Amino acid sequence: MSITVAVFYLLAAVTVGSALGVAFANSIVYSAFALMGTLLGVAAMFVLLGADFLGVVQLLVYVGGILVLTLFAVMLTHRISDVNVSNRAVGRLPGFVLVAVVFGWMVRVAGRARWVMKAPGAPAPTTYGIGEALLTQYALPFEVASIVLLAALIGAVVVSRKEVKG
Amino acid sequence: MGDLSLGHFVVLGGILFALGLFCVLTRRNAIGILMGIELVLNSANINYVAFARYNQTGYDGQVFAIFVIMLAAAEAAIGLAIVLGIYQSFETIDVAATDRLRQ
Repeated sequence: MSITVAVFYLLAAVTVGSALGVAFANSIVYSAFALMGTLLGVAAMFVLLGADFLGVVQLLVYVGGILVLTLFAVMLTHRISDVNVSNRAVGRLPGFVLVAVVFGWMVRVAGRARWVMKAPGAPAPTTYGIGEALLTQYALPFEVASIVLLAALIGAVVVSRKEVKG
Repeated sequence: MGDLSLGHFVVLGGILFALGLFCVLTRRNAIGILMGIELVLNSANINYVAFARYNQTGYDGQVFAIFVIMLAAAEAAIGLAIVLGIYQSFETIDVAATDRLRQ
């Protein structure tokens, strides 16, 4: 087993273990903190796949932005009495059976598919290429994305502000 | 890359997807459901980057992953704002208890 495979299994253990915490923790606060391990593990996976820029974006946007936002929302809506309340709608067993069926089916399909693969080359810096792709081939989606972000920002402010009467 | 294959990453993405789906299905806390959606989006991103890496298709996969991250940020901002609004109206964010559109 090469060192790369060992690193992969270590990172995969961190990622999946944290994801198990997200899915099974009783307290939503524990789930939010476990989500941090998953997001960090995924960022490390991106680096392992040679996507250095994407790893940094994952770190900045997810861990630095979305996770902090989620923690704020958890703390603002959390009540101590909610901790031990069972928060299952479907029930663990039916949910587990359904998810196991979906997962087994996906693994079966992935195992039988004939992927067209080429041997990956040595990892190279990707920032230059991604920047060029965003400003040439993907210029229109890039601009639409900025408008979507602006609309989401204004929408979030409008939805969450206090209603001023008069 | 040693003897690390595409299958490793596809199975990892599958596991993350299954756990995210389980989270979405079984949580009644609205924020928990949003966390499950984040897991699902992350699993999709792992697949995008892995397939791009093992197919040598340039930067398409990574650019799509960036767009997915951008949409996840917008979704989190709007979703959590709505959750806070629901909490102000209902004093709870249990999705089974919030069954009215007006007060």
